[in-house]
Order: sequence, then C-alpha cells, then structure tokens
Amino acid sequence: MADDYPKVDRVMGGPAGWISIAVPAVLFLYFIGLLPQIVDAPQVRGIDWVPSLDIRLSVLLDGLSMTFALLITGIGTAVTLYSARYLGQHPDYPRFVCYLLMFMVGMLGLVLADNLIALFVFWEITTISSYLLIGFHANSAKSRRSALQALLVTGTGGLAMLGGMIILGTVTGTFELSQILTMGDMIRAHPWYMGIMLLFLAGAFTKSAQVPFHFWLPNAMAAPTPVSAYLHSATMVKAGVFLMARMNPALGETSAWFWILTLFGGVTAVFASVMALRQTDIKQVLAYTTLMALGTLTMFIGAGTHYAIVAAMLFLVVHSLYKAALFLMIGIVDHETGTRDATVLRGLSKAMPLTGLAAALAAISMAGIPPMVGFIGKEFMYKAGLGLEGFGAIWVTAMIFAASVMMFVVGGIVALKPFRGDLAPTPQRPHEGPWPMLAGPLVLGALSLIFGLLPGILEHYIVGPATRAVSGSDHEVHLYLWGGVNMALILSLLTFLAGWLMYRKHEAIRARLTAFEARSPIDFDAGWDRLLDGFKGFAAWQAALIQNGSLQRYMSVTFLTFVVLVGLTYVLQGAFVTGIAFSTDSIHPIQWTVLALICAGSMLVVWTHSRMTAVAAMGVVGIGVALIFIMFSAPDVAITQLLVEVLVVVLVSVVMLRLPYLPRRSRASFRPGHALIAAGSGVVMTFLAVSIMAGDLDRRLTTYFEAVSYPEAHGRNIVNVILVDFRALDTFGEITVVVMAAIAAFALLRGAGPARRDKEEM
Amino acid sequence: MQSLILTTATRLLVALLLVFSVYALLRGHNLPGGGFIGGLIGATAFILYTIATSVREAQAALRVDPANVAMLGVGVAGLAGLASGFVNEPFLTGQWLFLFAEDGGKGLPLSTVLMFDIGVYMAVFGGILTLVFALEQEI
Repeated sequence: MADDYPKVDRVMGGPAGWISIAVPAVLFLYFIGLLPQIVDAPQVRGIDWVPSLDIRLSVLLDGLSMTFALLITGIGTAVTLYSARYLGQHPDYPRFVCYLLMFMVGMLGLVLADNLIALFVFWEITTISSYLLIGFHANSAKSRRSALQALLVTGTGGLAMLGGMIILGTVTGTFELSQILTMGDMIRAHPWYMGIMLLFLAGAFTKSAQVPFHFWLPNAMAAPTPVSAYLHSATMVKAGVFLMARMNPALGETSAWFWILTLFGGVTAVFASVMALRQTDIKQVLAYTTLMALGTLTMFIGAGTHYAIVAAMLFLVVHSLYKAALFLMIGIVDHETGTRDATVLRGLSKAMPLTGLAAALAAISMAGIPPMVGFIGKEFMYKAGLGLEGFGAIWVTAMIFAASVMMFVVGGIVALKPFRGDLAPTPQRPHEGPWPMLAGPLVLGALSLIFGLLPGILEHYIVGPATRAVSGSDHEVHLYLWGGVNMALILSLLTFLAGWLMYRKHEAIRARLTAFEARSPIDFDAGWDRLLDGFKGFAAWQAALIQNGSLQRYMSVTFLTFVVLVGLTYVLQGAFVTGIAFSTDSIHPIQWTVLALICAGSMLVVWTHSRMTAVAAMGVVGIGVALIFIMFSAPDVAITQLLVEVLVVVLVSVVMLRLPYLPRRSRASFRPGHALIAAGSGVVMTFLAVSIMAGDLDRRLTTYFEAVSYPEAHGRNIVNVILVDFRALDTFGEITVVVMAAIAAFALLRGAGPARRDKEEM
Repeated sequence: MQSLILTTATRLLVALLLVFSVYALLRGHNLPGGGFIGGLIGATAFILYTIATSVREAQAALRVDPANVAMLGVGVAGLAGLASGFVNEPFLTGQWLFLFAEDGGKGLPLSTVLMFDIGVYMAVFGGILTLVFALEQEI
C-alpha cells in the first residue's frame, strides 16, 4: 500500500529531509538549554504585532508550555527522521515536509503564545496543516473526505473558541494570558463566565476529539503513519487538552467546569477503550486508545485537585512517549510486511527483533506495568481519583479502572500478539526496518523505562513546573515508583488481573462488539454526512429563493431590504423632522429646469416600452444629477458622474444587442409590487435627506481637511487630497475591487460568451 | 458599422483625450481632476476608438493587455504606500520631494502621493478597458 507510487531517488529525503530533521533537533536542544531557567520562574517576552488591536506576539514560557515545546520538538525530530526514510522517495515528499514544518511552527506558537489572539492564529495554522496532511494522499476520496471532516469539525470549534476569547478579552480588558490567568476570581464571578467557558470548551473538545465530536480522529488515520503518530496522537490533538490546562487557573475550579470535564472526559475514555477492542486494524486500535487518553486527560484537568493535575501532566508525557512509539512501530510493521491487521500478524519477533523490542517497551508502559513510567502514571491517576469527594471519586475511579483494563488488553493486542508464536504469512516477507525508522520508537521506548526508574528527572524538570503552571499554585510534586501497599496499588493489581482475563478472551469480545455495533442505531460518521447534506440542502433552498439568477429578483431584494431596514430604523428612532421652513424663493430658475429634466427622465424610464429609450432617459437623469453637482460647486464629482454616464450608455448599448425581445404586454403591464418598492425607496430616501438637512451638519472633518490640505498634504483640491492621501487606504481598497470586478466579469464573459458557445457547437 | 466621419474625428479626438487624461491626472492635486477621473477619460479614448474601428484594432493600438495595466496599477499604488516604511512611518504616509523649491514656494513637487495617483489611473483605465473589450468581443 505504501509502495505504489513512482519513486524519486533521494538519500534520506534530500535537502528537504535534512532540513526537516535539523529544525526540530536544533529547537529541541535550544529548549533543553532553557529548561533550568523555566524550572524556577516562568518567563514572558514579546513584541507588538498589531498594536491598534491589542494583539502582541508574546511568548509565555512556563512549565506547561515548556513540556509541550519539548514534546513537539523532541517527538518532531523522531518523526521527521522517520519520515525521511518512510516517505523520502515519494514524489511529493518536499510538499509533505513543508506541511509538517508548518504544523510544527503552528503548534509551537500555540503552546508558547501569551496572547489569546496569537494563540488562535497558531491554533488555526495547526488545523489547516492537519487538513493538508490528512489529505496528503489527495487522489484517494477517503483521504479527502477525512481531511475535510477534520477541518470542519475542528475549524467550527476554533471559531467558537475565538468568540470565547473575544468575550474574555472584553471582560478582563486584556488578551495577555499572563495577566488573564491572575484574574481567575473576577472571571468566575462574572455573569458571562458560563458563556466564555462553554465557548472555550467547544474549541477544546472538538480539537481533542471528545465524544460527541470524536469521529474525525479515527478517520484522520488516512494520513501517512508519521503524521498519525505526530499530529493525531502526540501533539495536535493535545492542543485542546493544553487549552483546558492553560485556562484552568482562569476558568477552572467551579462545579460546572468539574462536571462537564469529568463527565465528557470519562465517557470519551470508556467509549474509546471499548471501540479500540472492536478494531482489527492496529492503526485504528491505536487511534481509539488516543481518544481514551484524551478523555482521561480532560477528566483529570476537570477534577482539578493537586493530585489530579499531577496525574494529568504525568500522563500527558507518558502517553506521548508510548503512543508515538507505537504508531511509529506499526508504521514499520506495515512498511515491512504490507499489512497491519491484528488478526493476520503473528510471530514477527524473529524477523524484526528491534521493532519487537520498541513495541514491547511502549506497550508495557501503556499497560501500566512496573518499572515503566506508565505504571507511575496509572498509580497517580488512581490516587487522584480516590482523593476526590462524593460521587466524583466513584465516577473518576471507575472510569480510570475501565480504561486501564482496556489499555492492558490493547497493549497485548498491538505488541504481544503480532510478535509471538509462529510466523504467519504476510503480503511481504517481513524483515527488520532501517535505522532511521527504528531510532525514534526505540529512544521513546527507552525514555519510558528511564523515566520510570528515575522519576526524579521528570518530577524536577517537567511535571513539577507544569503542575505549578496549571494549578496556579506552588505545591511540591513528588513522583515515585514504589509507594507502599495502598488502595492505588491494589487497584493496579486488580487491573492486571482483569486485563489478563480479557486479553485471553479478546477475540470473542471483538466478535460480540462487532455484532452489537452492526445493530446499534447510533452512527456518528453517518450522522455527520446527514448534517452536511442538510446544510447543502438549506444553502440550495435559500440560494434558489434569493439568488435565482433573475436580475429583477436581485434588485427587488436589495431595495426591499433597504426600505425595510432603513425605514424601520427611521421610524423606531423617531427621526421625523417637523416644522421645516420650506421656501421655494431661494431656488434659481435654472435649478427648476434641471429638476424638471430629472423628473421627466425618471417618468420616461418607467413608461417607455423601448429599452433604448429607457437607457437614454436614464442618461438624462444622470446628467441632471451631474448638473446639480456643478451648481453646488463639486466639479470633481460632476466630472466623474458625467464620465460614468457615458460609460454606462456604451456598455448597456453593447449588451443590448444580445438581450432577448420582451413581449410588449409584459413591459406594459402594471406591477404593483415593483411600484411599491420603487415608491418606498423614494419616500425613505426623501425623508432621510430632509432629516439630514434639518439637523446640524457636523463640519469638523470638513474644517479639518480645509485647514490642513495645503499646508500638510501640499494640495489645494481637497477631494483629491482625501482620495490619495488622507484616506488613501480606502482608495487602495477601491482600486483593488475595480480590478477584481473587471477580472471577474472578464472570466464570466469568457465562460458564457457566444464565441465559446459557437466553438462548442462546431 | 463603419462611419467615415466618426473614424476621421476619432483620430483627432483620441489623441486629444489621451493628452487630456494625463493633464487631468497631473493637475488633480490642486484643481479638479486626479487619477480616477484621468483614468476614466483615458479609457473613454480607447472606447471611442473601439467603436470607430474594432476591438482588434483598439487592442493592437494599446499594445498591452489592459488587465495587466490594471494589476500593475494596484501594484504601483501598493509600492507607493510601502515607500513610507523606509522612513518608519505608517503605510501610505505621503513622502515628498520638492525640486527647485525657492523661498517658500513648493517648486516641482514629486511625491509617493503622485505615484499612488498614477496607480489609481492605471487601475481604473485598465479595469474599464478589460471589461469593455471583453463585452465587445464576447457579445
């Protein structure tokens, strides 16, 4: 499957590959170098980006962002090294690297940003690069659908989050996280707290694939395996978890926060673990266990106690280490054997001993068996669950127990079963993977072991500072492998027992689940299709209603909207002007003449049967208006008006050649609807004009421009000085529109013109 | 439709209109005129030529694709705006150079504002001609 493309001869992906490996590696070393400083105190640095909108490009380096930065660059190095071998000869490999580095920039920016708006921008960069990476095999319809689904789900959540950010910014008066995080009490007491929290959670839940927004993540496995390992397991899907952890000091510690997060997280964790058992494709199994991990993390951030936060931060690291290793491992198996079906793979340990070793290290950590760091993670999760109060303790502990048992089973399915026993036939003869692909999973697996044996390193540099950043307090954190015989240990032993029993029976369980799923009426993926079809149907319906292609309909809608909106505003605001002294004495005879000209032109337009006459009559009206401009000494406007009138006559007379003859009857017939809209527009406009004239005109701007036009802008023609100097940005926008409109019209005419039609008929 | 009178008159008028359009562009800062009006007048000249002869001949006379002129115009206007970046002032702040200025007078003023106006001229001129040529050709 991975080999059916024309190969390009590149050593380790060529220059693109070397750059893609060097960038995260150098950044990783840089962040390691910064680590000792961050342990003591968080750092904020930054520059102004868009000062007028209060958007700064500032960096907040604390324990939390540091943990993520190390994961992103560290696992990033392993993944790029792996990809250089895995995809290095793919014709589109440089494009792939470009997307991957773009994602890395977005993800790093996201976790380091101190400004909410900057965070949003980086958040969207990760969404877009994820879209491009999932759809990397662009000639597969399944890839394209999965990519679009991920984009729409996470993009919608991102927009909700932007709303939450703007409200939060309004409430606190700043977009700087380092300031917002200290205002927690004020935010929680604010009447808009609930709205802000729900909007933020909409962003976090879609990004981190919580039920019921989870369905995009298993589909995202259409991406190449290194992408699944990196984006959809170790880093991007944790952005939602990051956001919840980041906002915890500001939004957390309320009962609403507690229950929403623990309930959604718990349901996601258990649902995903069950679904993981149901899959046969090992990549899908891993995708569902990622969902389980995300649910667990959400649950613990919601629980919010000291132990819960420690458990969350610890599990975050633990999961990234073992899950990235497992994904990369299954990539190797897929690459070397041609399949990743759990029911087919058997006895690979002789042919692929190193892959087997990496799989074993990672899976033992996932199963939570000592002395791996996964064991410490599970112990702390139990401890945190048991430390809660009331129903919360039962709920969280039960969910963790269920999820941990399943993790144990899945560990067996992905790492034990494929490597044990006698070799079963596979599409390709299995052999060991090359070193660039093995290096990542082996190092990550080894780290799981080292951190398990020496938890002090993790405690001092990573989990401790991260916990302090999330809880906003300065509690000491102490990690240990052996905590004596206690409730957590007993639960762990029970987990192993239940897990072992279930592993023995897992094929029967899978068959049951498959049968159950076939009968279940709830299918999120199909529901998504129905939702999209509904949107398309609605769009088609409203387009047919408003934009049916008839110019008359467009004009009617436009003017009706004008009459209703402006007229209603006018009436509701009580803007009627009474007692205007209206005298006809000041009107010069010439002005009467022009007025008569305009009126006569308008009437002729309405009454004539001939289009040519109507156009000419419209020209008369336009020239009358230009004359009025001249009388009130606005020569620039008058010249423009005259020139535009000339152009309109030319354009319309060209178009006229192709217009169909209308039946005379329909032209002559009286159309009350149109008459009403026309009369309404006229009346509203007249009232508006009269009201404006009756009020005092604000002449501050005029006075200002008159005063400074020559001394400061060196021009006497104020109109032109405004156009090209004072308001030049507006003009710049306008000429851009002029050019775009011309190009659009050009394209339309080219597409539909008779020249093309004639050619097609020939 | 070929009209001898129109064709003959057009030869004179087009030249006059084109000169006048540049005149309107250049005087615009102090007297009625400017890039927008100048561009319209210039476009009118070529439209007149199109009506008197044909689109093909008008295009040949113009030598370049009007769409390119239009896009170049937006580019010129944008560049004129960027110039202020070199002296660390906001986008589109006018930069002036007064040549031969003597005691209080402003001499021959050259400015990015003028360059911007030339960009507007080109955008309007090219935009309208793109539209008219397409209409004449396709309909």
